[in-house]
Parts: sequence; structure tokens; C-alpha cells
Amino acid sequence: MKRYWRLGEPWVWLSGAALTATLLAAATLLVVIMVNGLGVFWPGAEARLTLKDGSKIFGEVVQRGEKPDGGERLQLSTGNRDLYGLDFRWIDSADVALIDYPGDALIVERTEYGNFHGFLRQLNGSAAVTSEQLHLELNQLRQARSVVADLEEEMNELSGASESNRLKIRKREFAGKRDAADYQLLQQRQNELDRQFQQVQGRHSEAIADLRTSVAVFADAAGTTREVTLADIVRVYAPNAMSLPAKVGHYLSKIWELLSDEPRESNTEGGLFPAIFGTVMLIFLMSAFSFPVGVLAGIYLREYARDGFFVRLVRIAVNNLAGIPSIVYGIFGLGFFVYGIGGGIDRFFFPESLPTPTFGTGGILWASLTLALLTVPVVIVATEEALGAIPGDIRAGSLALGATKLQTLMRILLPMASPGIMTGFILAMARAAGEVAPLMITGVVKLAPSLPLDGSFPFLHLDRKFMHLGFHIYDIGFQSPNVEAAKPMVYVTTLLLVLIVLVMNSIAIRLRNRMKKRYSYGTF
Amino acid sequence: MTAQFESLPFRVEDPAIVVEDLCFYYGHSEALHSLNLAFPRRQVTALIGPSGCGKSTFLRCLNRMNDMVDGTRMLGSIRLGGMEINSEKTDVIDLRRRVGMVFQKSNPFPKSIYENVCYGLRIAGEKSRAVLDEAVEKSLRGAGLWVEAKDRLHDSALGLSGGQQQRLCIARAIAVNPEVILMDEPCSALDPKSTSRVEELIGELRNNFTIIIVTHNMQQAARVSDNTAFLYEGDLIEYDRTRKIFVKPANKQTEEYITGRFG
Repeated sequence: MKRYWRLGEPWVWLSGAALTATLLAAATLLVVIMVNGLGVFWPGAEARLTLKDGSKIFGEVVQRGEKPDGGERLQLSTGNRDLYGLDFRWIDSADVALIDYPGDALIVERTEYGNFHGFLRQLNGSAAVTSEQLHLELNQLRQARSVVADLEEEMNELSGASESNRLKIRKREFAGKRDAADYQLLQQRQNELDRQFQQVQGRHSEAIADLRTSVAVFADAAGTTREVTLADIVRVYAPNAMSLPAKVGHYLSKIWELLSDEPRESNTEGGLFPAIFGTVMLIFLMSAFSFPVGVLAGIYLREYARDGFFVRLVRIAVNNLAGIPSIVYGIFGLGFFVYGIGGGIDRFFFPESLPTPTFGTGGILWASLTLALLTVPVVIVATEEALGAIPGDIRAGSLALGATKLQTLMRILLPMASPGIMTGFILAMARAAGEVAPLMITGVVKLAPSLPLDGSFPFLHLDRKFMHLGFHIYDIGFQSPNVEAAKPMVYVTTLLLVLIVLVMNSIAIRLRNRMKKRYSYGTF
Repeated sequence: MTAQFESLPFRVEDPAIVVEDLCFYYGHSEALHSLNLAFPRRQVTALIGPSGCGKSTFLRCLNRMNDMVDGTRMLGSIRLGGMEINSEKTDVIDLRRRVGMVFQKSNPFPKSIYENVCYGLRIAGEKSRAVLDEAVEKSLRGAGLWVEAKDRLHDSALGLSGGQQQRLCIARAIAVNPEVILMDEPCSALDPKSTSRVEELIGELRNNFTIIIVTHNMQQAARVSDNTAFLYEGDLIEYDRTRKIFVKPANKQTEEYITGRFG
């Protein structure tokens, strides 16, 4: 027994147990997210419950639970928020007389009021309709809708041109150059643009009115009818009549919608594209700032700074920076970047658009700079450590051959330190991807009207506000008016954020492994 | 030569390096006490002495590698041809091209064998492929590594064995064609077979280079060197022809060290 203790067997078990506990916790988290997130878009069976009192109700059984006084109850996702005021309903199992799954039950995804669960009754006034006809009609509408979308784009461009023209006029007025040669021209152009805009707007309203002529009438299980304009319908499907391939197709089309579309219904439905785009772009911008600065600072600290009181002070400061709560960085970013630098830029370069701020308000540039500030200590420490881990002999070997310090650094030390530097960079990236608090006050918004990168000049709009998956989770999970309905979206968003971090990390790790293979002295 | 060297037990006709009144300080403690000696051209000179006697420090004075260490100071004069080594104005880069160095632990760069050998030329700005190719072959032949390495020139140097790596480091040093090669216990990490291989190599190299070697191995000093200097606690105790030192040392301390009675 004594020998058993002396060999350190219990110690091995203890460390093994610690590892297992961590892995289990992480795995549980991932499994919960995956199970809840992956199943969201699978079309579940649509049940019609006939209760003992004769009333009928329609919905997908999403949960079974114990009642406080014993017995089972079911949670139904009933939709029809405009009829019932709620999306979900608890039914006592004991009250249910009959459950059946009618094949013609439809789920109608609408742009407003959530899904409608029920039967098709009328289409454009005629009562004898099948769901095929409805699908045909919806397909035709798609073309009309693309015309509307084109018109909207045209309106956007015109209003953008008009806005920049207006700013030019204001700039002249600001500088007191009302009599400048081009002032009259600009005025004329302004009138012309406004006239064009009104013309397009007129065509747009006509097209919309045209689009809204087709209507369908749906009825819920109890027979209450509701008229729905076809233009408001996103998608119609009959879950009980769907074959397996059809279900897979539906699932994939929902995933595609998620990845490529804009959100609807205060973010609880539709896609996440702007948030995905914002998150990835934020990480890239952050890296573009923090990586070079961090590496250069690390090189100076390790290679050039003479070890002394000051350098030690800087080192302590850098290490402590990494431990400051991120919200503090956010507040600093707001005060320094947004109000300080951004406000200054506005006063000097965009005085004509004041008091509307251009850079003096939160935007992706300031958010990424704030995050860069937050992650730069990690990169500095990693660079220093990686350079310090290179054997002194290698350094001396290069110097003894007549290399300068810079040559040694560029040809020998940096390549050898690169895997270690990459490790630090990966950590920094992962931390930045997971931060939400500092973003909330430096430029993230619930719904951004346009992406920070698009086709209109100058393409990269660093002053724009943006959406972010992490903030999205907080917003729909805790700030939305209908939290229960938003729950699936919270899981999906979380899953997506985890996936993005995973993908970016694995790319970085692959890169690091390739470097490691090449410079195999690396100790990281 | 100057009068000072008259006092030496033997005359150095054509010195590669002349050291006069060399004192070296780590902070306030003096590590070398006013050394005077000259290294004959195209001969092997061994520096021997117990650990901590200052032989490595002395060796590193000769190519100013001690500059890398903070808080060190060097007084006196070291001349390489017409060049004063211990001077603010000395171009250290140029000096280190003329005085190459091989370290105790082989330290190939994590690059290919080819790139290791031509590193010194590349940093000096040599770009011509033909020149580099020729220098690589010549240096590897000179270091006795050509036969083993010619088919794997572009493989990583880290795949070589310890002895091969050390010979690669020698090839790397001679590729820039220095006048002097400093060797800091080049065989202490090698097995006997590799050691004898390197010793043979030193014998060949002395036809073209002046070699100064620090060693702990008395047999090695006796085998490879022409002259031997015995250092003890920062003082040069005895400096003479190797066969004289090992057969009939003038100093009692030297005799005791060589015969293994102290140190």
C-alpha cells in the first residue's frame, strides 16, 4: 500500500479525473447545443388533438412534461399567434380524447405573426383548391417579387446618390461658397435625383399593390378562418404528407435560408447572414490590427529592449492587461475610439453631416480596434515566449556567421518562433470571437440595415454598425418579446457561432502544424 | 615581433591573431587578467584548463561574441592582421566573417543542409546560384560531409546525426572562407567515432585555416594541436608547443593538470 502511494498512482488518477471532468463538461455543452440546434429545422409531425370537451387543436408536440400534481402534459407549438396570442400551449394528456395526423394539414410560414397551422380553404375566392395550386401561385409570385426587389435596389441607389449629393451641397454652404460654379449644377442634380426617386417609388408602390392582390384563406383546427395575402407567405408545407427526401429537402432549404438570408420577425425567424458576415469580418479586422502590433511589440520586448526596471514594468502591465474585464475595454473603446478619435475625424473631415455622426458613433472599425486592444497582450506574451524558447546557441550561430541582428531575426528566429506565435494568435482569435460585452457599446446592433462590405463605393464601410452572432444570441434569447418562440433560434445561433470559431481555429491550427513541421525546433 | 613576445617560450613568426594585455570583466569581477599571446597562422592552438578558468570567455573575445552579454567589458588589444578587434569602430559583421566559430552543441538552423551551408553567403548578399552551389559543394567536401549529404542537400539538416550536424556546422563556418576558426569544445557532445572523424577534419583544415580550439580532453589537445595554452583562473599559466607541454611542462600547475591531479 505504501508503495502504491509512493509510485504516485493516486496522483495519476486525480489528474486523469480532472481531465475527464473538463472534457465531459465541454462535451455535454456541445451535445446539448447540437441536439437542440440541429433538430430545429426538421419538419415534425403535425398532430390534431381532439379534446374531451370536443374542441380541437392543432400543433407539433415539442415537449412532454410532468404536471406538478402528477400525470403528463404536452407542450404544443400551435403557431397562429394572431388568433391565440401565444405560440405554445400546454395540454393535459388526460383531457385528450384523440390524436390524428391529417395529411392535408399545412404549415404556412409568414413574414408576420409567425407560422399558421391549419388547412387551406380558399384561393383567390375559389373554394375548391388543392395545395398544388397554391404552390403554383406562390411560384408565380416569386417573379413579381424579384421585380419589387429590383425596384427597391434602384430606390436604395438613388437615395444614396441623393444623400451624398446633398452633403456636397451642404459642404459648399458650410464653406460659404454658394456662388461656386458647381453649386447650381449640384442643385439641379439634386432636383433631378429627387424626381427620379419619386418616379421609382411610384412604380414600386404599384408593383406592391399588384403583388398583394392574391389572397388565400386558411382555417385552424377549430375552423376559425384567416385571410393571408400570398405576398406575405414565405413558405408552405404539409409535414404529414412529406416523404423522407422531401423532408431532407425542406431541412436543407431552411439551412440555406439561415446562412444566406436576412432575419425576420425581430430576429426570431429567417436567416443570420448579416450576423455571420459581421462576426467573421470583425475577427478578420481585429486580427489585422492585433497581429502585427502584438508581434512587433513582442519582438521589441524580447530582442531589443534592455532588461531593466522599465521592461519588467511593461511586462507586468502587459500580463495584467489580459486580465481586465472586457467591458472595461468596451468603455475605453467608446470613450477613446468612438468619442475621441471618431469625434475628431467627424469634426475635421465630415463637418457637413454633423450633428449626425459618421465615425463618431459605434462602428465595426471601433469595435475591432477595441477587440484588438483586448487581444494584443496575448499575442505579445506568446511572441515573447516563443522567441525566448529558441536555444541561445542558434542565435549565436547565426551571429557568429556575420549576420546582423535583423537578419538573424528575419531568417532564423521568426520562422522558428512562428508556431508559438500562431498558438497565441489562435487563443487571441478565440477570445475575440467569444466577446460580446465590449461590442455592445462600440457598434453592434440588433438589426443592421446594410453590411459593412458591399457593392457601393467605397465598398468597405468601416463606419457602419454591424450584427454579431454573440450579440444575436443575447438579443433573441433575452430581449425578444417572444422568448419561447425564439428558443430554437438561440440554439441554432449558438451552434453556428461555435462552428465558426471551430472552423477558424482549425484553419489556424493547420497552418501552425505546417510551420511546426518545417521548423521542428519549436517547443510549442 | 615586438619585444613582449620575446618573453614567450617560443617565437611566433607569422601570427594570425596577437593578443596584448587583454583583461575581461563580467560586471566588476575580472575574468581574464592581462593575457598576452599570439596564435600562429595555419596551426592549431588548443586552450586547456579547468572549468571556469576563462578559456571560453577568451575564445569569445576573439570574435566579440561577448557583446551579446550585458554588463561585460574588455580592455587591451586584439589584432587580426591589421585590424584592431577590441575597438568601437570595428565592424563586428566583417570581423565575424573573418573569424568563424563552431559551438559546443551542434546548432544547425532548421533549414535544409544546402541553406545551412550557404547561410553566411546569403546574408552577405550572394545571390548567384552558381556561386552558392560551388561554395556548398566545396565546403561540404572540406568538412568531409559531401559523400553523405550530396543526395539529400535539400532535406532538413535536423535529420542528420549528431556528428554529421557538427561537421555541417564546420562546413557552414568555412563556407564564408574565414581566416580563423574558433572551436568551443566541438566534440564534447559527440560519440568516440564522430569525435575521431572531427579530429581528422581539424587536421585537414589547418592547411588552410588558423584554428583555436577549446577542449577538456587532454588526449584530444595532444592529438590535434600544434600549440597549447594552459589557463587557470583567468591567468595564462603556460603557452608552448604542444609536444613540449605534454612531455615536459615548465610549470608545476600545468603538469598537475595534465596528469589529472587537479582540475
